[in-house]
Amino acid sequence: MQPGRTRTQLQRLREPARSSCPPAVSTEPAIEVTNLELSYGSVQALRKVTFSVSSGEIFGLLGPNGSGKTSLFRVLTTLSSPTAGSISVFGENLLQAPGGVRRFAGVVFQSQSLDRKLTVTENLRHQGHLYGLRGPALRRRIADVLDQFGLSERASDIVEFLSGGMKRRLELAKSILHRPLLLLLDEPSTGLDPGARREFWQYLEALNRDDRTTVLVTTHLMDEAEKCHRLAVLNEGVLVALDTPEALKSRVGGDVIVLRTPHAQQLSLSIGSWFGLPVAVVDNTVRIERPKGHEFITDLVESFPGQIDAVTLSKPSLEDVFIHMTGHAFWESSH
Amino acid sequence: MASLWQREMVRFLRQRSRVIGALGTPLVFWLLVGSGFGSSFRPATGAPEQGYLEYFFPGTVLMVLLFTSIFSNISVIEERREGFLLSVLVAPASRLSLVLGKILGVTTLASLQGGLLLLLSPLLGIRIAWTQWPLLLAVVVLIAVALSSLGFALAWKLDSIQGFHALMNLLLVPMWLLSGALFPMSGASSWVRIVMLANPMTYAMSALRQVLYLGEGQAAPDVCSLATAVCVTLLFGVGTLIVSVALVSRRSL
Repeated sequence: MQPGRTRTQLQRLREPARSSCPPAVSTEPAIEVTNLELSYGSVQALRKVTFSVSSGEIFGLLGPNGSGKTSLFRVLTTLSSPTAGSISVFGENLLQAPGGVRRFAGVVFQSQSLDRKLTVTENLRHQGHLYGLRGPALRRRIADVLDQFGLSERASDIVEFLSGGMKRRLELAKSILHRPLLLLLDEPSTGLDPGARREFWQYLEALNRDDRTTVLVTTHLMDEAEKCHRLAVLNEGVLVALDTPEALKSRVGGDVIVLRTPHAQQLSLSIGSWFGLPVAVVDNTVRIERPKGHEFITDLVESFPGQIDAVTLSKPSLEDVFIHMTGHAFWESSH
Repeated sequence: MASLWQREMVRFLRQRSRVIGALGTPLVFWLLVGSGFGSSFRPATGAPEQGYLEYFFPGTVLMVLLFTSIFSNISVIEERREGFLLSVLVAPASRLSLVLGKILGVTTLASLQGGLLLLLSPLLGIRIAWTQWPLLLAVVVLIAVALSSLGFALAWKLDSIQGFHALMNLLLVPMWLLSGALFPMSGASSWVRIVMLANPMTYAMSALRQVLYLGEGQAAPDVCSLATAVCVTLLFGVGTLIVSVALVSRRSL
């Protein structure tokens, strides 16, 4: 009996059939990351990152490219060693005993990890072997996951002939073949069209709901982030916020007003001094957070006639949360 | 491990161009270079009378082994960054079995092709006795293990296929050229001779050549005895294998 793991979790590891799994309700955190630091030479990719993921939740790591989320993902999947800090996964020390984590985590990479020259079934069979599954038990399990992800009819097709959405589903099927307690996904819907992305998330949510699989997903897509139960926002290697998407959005004061103008800097200073408000310039637009935004817009337009080209008023989105926390746009320029 | 080995076989057979390239290239090379140099070739003094095509034949076998080992390991570069190997690295299967599975797969492919080519030797008048085959194949397999481990270690260290090609042209092909595959050491100038003596592939070449002519009653005169050649090749293979395992066991890529 390995220490630090509850009875239900051990049962799940050994359980032959998914349907007979008891719902694993546990207050024990699935992942605990403490003061994690990672540097590549002089570049600090992660600075004192601390958070914990509860068992059974969908946890999102949101951040733009270069925010450190992929570095963090690589540490969690035992591919790189951190410079300092500690991580435990279901009570096992990831840094000292990566083998434990490898056993009960399933991983979906941003890039493809399928062998394109092999068939769907062959890919799954090799994956099974890597996790010590063999023989009739493996064959039954493969049939189960193919069915679960709607891939049964393509079982003997060579992977390179599958559509992008199907390949991603196969990645997901592959990662849960050994019934992991924890599923780690790195920007899993990269390159999928919105329809395929929605479908992918339906499968992911079903896994979380029916199998009580804990999910950690990194993303730079706001609509994906919205679907997470809790979100950690990363910016330049620092964890800037951690909460539910709703709570994060409520941190932004009221409504968000964005003004398009030829002279953003100048206008923001005038508005700031006129109304005595904090005003930000983000991506050449003037940005104001304020309750009852619709009333304020009237005042604004009347006070600065001819200087404003366009006005948008919106409820705060996660993108606004990011701007609110970091002072700059999620996508620095083009987006 | 068996799973990784099997994958290597299936992949190879599904890529027809690889099958043709791996066997066809050395054959074409052998015929062209062998025929072209034929008239200007002077066998080492005291060597049995042999034409250049025949001299170059074991060299071609070594080339098949080298090329298969190199080309089958190129996939390591891509698959480690994005692809199949990533999921192997995060699985509980041991790193040792990853390395061994891959290297054994490549070794099998290389040996099979080397063996196929050796079947042509009677055409050149090289008689291989039945009793000679086990030893001959053992040497082929040994060389294949050494070269695939070398290929694996290099592929693991490099991050681009372009880099691998550069290294192949800069290091691996010259190693083959200076192994006695193209010309015997006895005719070379002294500094080339020193380089050849330091080149592990020289011993692999020598072992192969000597085993091939074992049935003739007289081993072709060469750099060293068969036992020494086999030992050096064995050491080389074990060394590169250890390096490969050590590289893969290190965490962080």
